[in-house]
Amino acid sequence: MENSKIEFRNVSFRYQEDMPWVLKNVSFTISADEWVAIIGHNGSGKSTIAKLMNGLLFPQEGEIYVNGQKVSRETIWDVREKVGMVFQNPDNQFVGTTVRDDVAFGMENHGMPRELMLERIETSLAAVGMQGYEEQEPHRLSGGQKQRVAIASVLAVSPKYIILDEATAMLDPKGRKEILKTVLEVQEQRNLCLVTITHDLLEVTQADRVMVMNEGEVWLEASPREVFSKQEQLQEIGLDTPFITKLADELKAAGISLTREPLNHQELLEELWTLRSTM
Amino acid sequence: MSSSMMIGQYIPAGSFIHKLDPRTKIAIIFFFVVIVFFANSVMSYGLLTLFAVGSAFATKIRVRYILKGLKPVWFLIAFTFLLHLFVTREGEVIATVFGWELYREALIQGSTISLRFFLLIMVTSLLTLTTTPIEITDAIEQLLGPFKRFRFPAHELALMMSISLRFIPTLMQETEKISKAQASRGVDFRTGSFKDRIKAVIPLLVPLFVSAFKRAEELAMAMEARGYKGGEGRTKLRELHIGWKDYVVYGLFILLMAGLFLTRN
Repeated sequence: MENSKIEFRNVSFRYQEDMPWVLKNVSFTISADEWVAIIGHNGSGKSTIAKLMNGLLFPQEGEIYVNGQKVSRETIWDVREKVGMVFQNPDNQFVGTTVRDDVAFGMENHGMPRELMLERIETSLAAVGMQGYEEQEPHRLSGGQKQRVAIASVLAVSPKYIILDEATAMLDPKGRKEILKTVLEVQEQRNLCLVTITHDLLEVTQADRVMVMNEGEVWLEASPREVFSKQEQLQEIGLDTPFITKLADELKAAGISLTREPLNHQELLEELWTLRSTM
Repeated sequence: MSSSMMIGQYIPAGSFIHKLDPRTKIAIIFFFVVIVFFANSVMSYGLLTLFAVGSAFATKIRVRYILKGLKPVWFLIAFTFLLHLFVTREGEVIATVFGWELYREALIQGSTISLRFFLLIMVTSLLTLTTTPIEITDAIEQLLGPFKRFRFPAHELALMMSISLRFIPTLMQETEKISKAQASRGVDFRTGSFKDRIKAVIPLLVPLFVSAFKRAEELAMAMEARGYKGGEGRTKLRELHIGWKDYVVYGLFILLMAGLFLTRN
């Protein structure tokens, strides 16, 4: 399929006339098979990008295209079928009284036949490892489980793009790991495009590409490895780097030269134990 | 806390009344409420009572629970009865107690009206005892569906009801959290005069309201993101189904109505 990408063309956005611009002339393209992480501190415009992608907001200037279709008031229903979103608060996006009803909600909105819904409920709950919870009520689920249900409800509509708008921010480390694992599996199985919006830099290390937002502009677009090699500049715009990257930098400062920037524990270990032998 | 958190009075007992279509139950109750007012002989009241008590037993719910549901109205029933004894002054005097005359009509009026009252409350409480709130919501949406033509928002009403049902436990958990947080800051909910205790509720209600509004806003956003655009063109996962059991119940009810009109004076 051609045109399977999300494209921002010179997009500028502000919430009100007399307010400062939240996004300033932003252009980028996300293709349908990649995982892009968007990072930036609070107010850098990253959540606004997410809302623009499925027509919850409209830009004042510039255009946004999803699969070659311009996002406008006429096309939002098509766009929302292609672009699924998972939000931050697990409680405030759970619409149904039970897991089954919640997963069905999106499909009901798109007018899918009942038989298809029943089938999709099963497959999408299985994809996030929540089968057997169909009759559970939301207040009996943990935050991580609720977010997994939210992912399942998005999957059920079978979108091309999934946006996780700080979907792990309100979870404990265990829930966070759960979600990341689920997302990775789902992306692999279904060949989806993922856009994760986060401040959690650890989440970023697994993405294909990272967009760093600062003051409404795309400050840097690069691979995670490249992004984390710019530790000082990141700190200047208020972003922290993962512990491993910091440790690697300290090691470098102490005169131990590593061949590449490690992204996780494993890679740093590799670097260290092969340090002498490669000589 | 959450295990005891039940909304409404639904008691799962798996009887055939539980399995009836909620629309059937609502329709039957509606017509029952109407025909109760047609009864005017001992036999006709007997039939209606038989129907109500028979249905209560058919639910397989323990009598204790059913009576518990009637608890708040016992007083009202007794009050109605006594009021009639004192106020109605017709027919012959059948007894004189401490110089006060008890009229025959008063006794009849008092007992029939209390009995009607009792039957109405009992039958309607059987609905909430045997039907989950969400089933009632679905039934209301379906039954009010025809009024959509007159711009009656049946779908919106049902959605509002189901979202409220979904958020009651969440808001209850939040209330508990806030009350603990405020108690740890020295707000005293338990002691003091009535006025003081009412005042202590304010620091509980304000944050609760603020967060409820925030939740509502986020929920609306999430619903929109998931393609919600009103009831138009929407399909439904939960289906209501009228089966043979429902037809049996309708049949029985028609028999009851026939019996009632035959036994009327």
